[in-house]
This record gives sequence, structure tokens and C-alpha cells, in this order.
Amino acid sequence: MKVLVGVKRVLDPQVKARVKADKSGIDLTNAKMTMNPFCENAVEEAIRLREAGSIEEVVALSIGVAKSEETLRNALALGADRAILVLTEEVLEPLAIAKVFKAIVEKESPGLVLVGKQSIDDDCNQTGQMLSALLDWPQATFASNLELVDGTALVTREVDSGLETINVNMPAVISADLRLNVPRYASLPNVMKAKRKPLEKINLADLGLDTANRMTTIEVMEPPARAAGVMVESVAELVDKLRNEAKVI
Amino acid sequence: MSILVIAEHDNASLVGATLNTVTAAHQIGGDIDLLIAGNGCSAAAQEATQVFGVNRVLLADDPSLEGQLAENIANLVVSIAGNYSHVLTAATTFGKNFMPRAAALLDMSQISEISEVISADTFVRPVYAGNAMAKVQSSDKIKLITVRTTKFDPAAATGGSAAVETIETLADSGLSRFLGLSSSDSERVELTSAAIVISGGRGMQNGENFHMLESVADKLGAAVGASRAAVDAGFVPNEYQVGQTGKVIAPDLYIAVGISGAIQHLAGMKDSKTIVAINKDSEAPIFQVSDYGLVADLFEAVPELDKAL
Ligand SMILES: Cc1cc2nc3c(=O)[nH]c(=O)nc-3n(C[C@H](O)[C@H](O)[C@H](O)COP(=O)(O)OP(=O)(O)OC[C@H]3O[C@@H](n4cnc5c(N)ncnc54)[C@H](O)[C@@H]3O)c2cc1C
Repeated sequence: MKVLVGVKRVLDPQVKARVKADKSGIDLTNAKMTMNPFCENAVEEAIRLREAGSIEEVVALSIGVAKSEETLRNALALGADRAILVLTEEVLEPLAIAKVFKAIVEKESPGLVLVGKQSIDDDCNQTGQMLSALLDWPQATFASNLELVDGTALVTREVDSGLETINVNMPAVISADLRLNVPRYASLPNVMKAKRKPLEKINLADLGLDTANRMTTIEVMEPPARAAGVMVESVAELVDKLRNEAKVI
Repeated sequence: MSILVIAEHDNASLVGATLNTVTAAHQIGGDIDLLIAGNGCSAAAQEATQVFGVNRVLLADDPSLEGQLAENIANLVVSIAGNYSHVLTAATTFGKNFMPRAAALLDMSQISEISEVISADTFVRPVYAGNAMAKVQSSDKIKLITVRTTKFDPAAATGGSAAVETIETLADSGLSRFLGLSSSDSERVELTSAAIVISGGRGMQNGENFHMLESVADKLGAAVGASRAAVDAGFVPNEYQVGQTGKVIAPDLYIAVGISGAIQHLAGMKDSKTIVAINKDSEAPIFQVSDYGLVADLFEAVPELDKAL
């Protein structure tokens, strides 16, 4: 069995996003870019499944600009066997991304698709759910544990009220939460090896899909700033301020 | 315009987030129907009839909706979505799970976590962990929307008099099975609805030390939360996590104890009305968003706070 795993190139999570002066978006010029953290968990899980002998091949897929090749090379260095890059200059919405994934799934016939539960740029949290809908496959989102049992997947999901367990048929789409695993680091020899692993490039236009965006971004604004606070010297002063100034206790 | 709000409930009663979602629907404007989908959920439907401003309560009560699996809820939503201009649900793990699935089945985009309604087709939503706000306009025929509940006041839970209409349910998709839910059964108030929250971070050192926060919480009628580092370290369960990838909350008072204030944590609490930070490092970024900062060792400050209350 083959696993298809999605990886997205995003602004490094340690870097604070800056709004462009013309309010057209976020300034990414010369910004440090990395693999979306949740995608790292998805890649790690796929590699662990292969190491455990549950699956044979890990194929990494990214959809984006030519530089997304760096993110795919990173996935290859971590242990993915080969990679596919669907090239586009446009920033696609999750629905369009799901359509591209579907086209690749139809070509590759994986038994499982692993994606991150959200990407830390647009924070949409949609792609995995949309892909499983388009494929008419089951979904298991926000996974913090995954076991393959008798041709099905047993998944623990992090939900607002605790941990939910579901069992889904395969093939399925699973979206990774951060506690699914602790991603490994790529060793230098593996980084070198990754340069020679196969990476196929496909132009988005050649897939013949309707990927038109349904939303227009009118402007991107700074969030309202909080007024500066004060430092208190003691617990007594804190309690006094909370009682008599903020009046919250 | 007519708006469908998909309620979150536990069969017996509505989850508070539903009321905030109804307010977002009011702001868009139009008749509001509330869908209650579950197995044995007529009590929740009765409660829903009281919600102020709701036109009809649609009840889908069927064994296929046990565990509210995304596949079955999405199919049900798709079967009635054609009657509406907008379909809304709260951006909770419940809403985030089924709504994108319903949207894709309808070949529509989803507008995630709106924080403001500008008009019937234009909304503001946070991106980059709330470090920017995007104003977006949707051209889709049906707008499928999840709502950031902290940005909308709850609708009144009483004063309404909607009728309950039973709707046709669909066969189980057969794709997935709900096996169970484990929650830490706490007597304390729920994190997302609490007026006061006290959260601990890696500085707490272990789960045992969270009892200090619980003692303060009990005196204040507060909920207890945590940073991701505290959850990852196993001090407290995952449902305590506040942040970009945990719960987004905006209580009247948020007390951060031994939390450094990473971007991802701030994303979940920086809309709180009053923020207090207790941290031994005067350079900790949490002080940049706090109204009252106390540079102190938490192991001295928290017991002292407990005594002072
Ligand atoms: C994709 C992604 C998503 C994330 N999502 C979330 C999220 O949803 N929520 C979240 O919280 N984090 C999230 N994080 C993690 C986040 O980046 C930080 O790592 C985390 O918030 C740090 O937790 P902390 O403040 O408890 O720990 P630390 O950063 O280690 O801070 C501990 C603090 O405790 C203080 N301290 C230590 N001992 C004492 C003492 N005795 N008295 C007083 N103060 C003391 C220290 O001075 C320090 O400031 C995410 C990260 C990524 C990459």
C-alpha cells in the first residue's frame, strides 16, 4: 500500500507575520519559509507506517510555486520515497487544492492520504475534509493516534471535549494534529540523498481542473492592538487592581 | 435571505457556542432555522425552540447520527442546504469537522472562522494566528461559514417560540464508526464559557502543581487552561489547551501563569478583556499583551494569590 502525504510551504511559525503597507496581504519577501508544522506530523506518521511494515511507499505532494520543491526535498530527506509538485503561481483555496489532490489520488491510487489539520498561514482547516468528500472516502480529522487494524484505521481525535475514537474504512483521509507524533530531524546524509530522489513536476493547467477561487481578498489589516498594561509590584497590588480598577473579581 | 445554523449539542442541551453563532446569523439578516442532528436529541431541540430569534427548529433524530460523524452530518446538511443563502456553524472541533465536507460536496468554498460580518457576502476572518485580519468577499451561491464565537455575543437562550419540524434523515454512510469519547470529568466550569480562566504553562513543572491553579480557580469560579507545552508534557489533558490550535477564548479575566506568550498561545487568548501574567522572566512576551504583569516566582505568587482571595 502507498500513502500520499500533503506538504505545504508556509512562513516559519516562529516569524511574526507582517501586513503589507498597501494592505494587499502578508509581506513574504525574504521571509523564512518552512514546511507547515502539521504537515511535518503527517510526513512523520507516513514514514513510521512504512518503517513498521504497514505500507510500502510514501509519496509527498505539494501544490504551489517552484520553491515548494525545497519543502518536498525536506520531506524526501525525512524519508518520503518520491515527490510530486503541482506548479502554480496562484494561491489556491482549499477547495481547489482538494481538487488537485483528488486528481493525483486518481493517478496514484494510495490506500491512505495524510495531511496536516490546518496550515498556519490561512488557518483554514478544510483541505482534508474537502478531499475526503470529493473522493467519497471517510475522514478522520485532528488525529492524535493512528493504528491500522484489519484494513481499517482506528483513530483517536482531539476534540473540544476530550479524545474521541473512531474507526474508518480504508482508503481514508486523515488529518494530523501536533500530538500525533514528534517529527524527526533530517540527517545530513539523508539531505544529500534526498537530492537524488525522484521529484515529478506537473503544471496545474495540464490537469484540466476548475480551480478558480470563489473568494476575493478585499484587504488584509493589522489586528487591533491592545493598550499597554502596567507592571504590579506584589500580589496584594494585583488583587487590589483586579478588584477596584478592572473590577473583574 | 434564509440562514441555516447547525447547532452543536450533546443531545440533552445546546453547547453555548451555538448561541454566538445565532448572533452572527442575525447580523447577516434573514430567517434563521436551527438544525439539531443527533441520536436521541429531542431535549436539545426543545431547548433550541426557546432561543431568541429562531424561526424553526429542524430535528433530525436518527441512529445514523450517533456520535455525529462528519460523513453523516455533511450528507444531511447537503440534503437541505439548497433552501438557504447561508449555512453557519461554530468554529469548534464539531463544526470544523463536518462543514468543509458539506462545502466540498456542494462545490462551494468555506469561509473559516469569521470574526465580523460586513455584509451578506463580505466577512472578516483572522489569518496567521490572528496576526492579520483578512476581509474577504465570497461569490458562492450558498455561503458556508464557520464562526469564531468569541467575536459574537451569545443570543438570548430564552424568549423564542420556534416550532419543531422533523426532517427526513438519510442512511448511515457506512464509511466510519463512532467508538467513544473520553473526557476528564471536571466539576469546574467549561473553558470556552468561563468568565475567568487561569492557565498554566511549562513553568508549572508538573501536573501535580496544577492543583495550585485549581484552588484559585475554585475561589474565582474560574476554568483552568494550559499552554501547548503543558499539554505536550502531560501535565493536563488536551482539552485544556488554549491557542491557535487549541481553544480560542475571550474571558473577562485571563490569568497566565508560567506561560511565555508564544504567538500561537496569544492567538487563543488575546481578545480576553483583562489579561494578567505571572512570570519570573521580565522579558517574557506575555507581558506585552497583559494589562497587569507580575514578575515573580509562581510557586510563591500563586499560593499568595490563593490566600488573598
Ligand atoms: C503549529 C504550532 C501550533 C501551536 N499551537 C499552540 C497552541 O495552540 N497553544 C499554545 O499554547 N502553544 C502552541 N504552540 C506552541 C508555542 O509555540 C509555544 O511553544 C508554547 O506556547 C510554549 O508554552 P509555555 O509558554 O508554557 O512554555 P515556555 O515557552 O517554555 O515558557 C515557560 C514560561 O514559564 C516561565 N517560568 C518558568 N518557571 C517559572 C516560575 N517558577 N515562576 C514563574 N514563571 C516561570 C518562564 O519564564 C517561561 O516564560 C504551537 C506551536 C506551533 C509550531
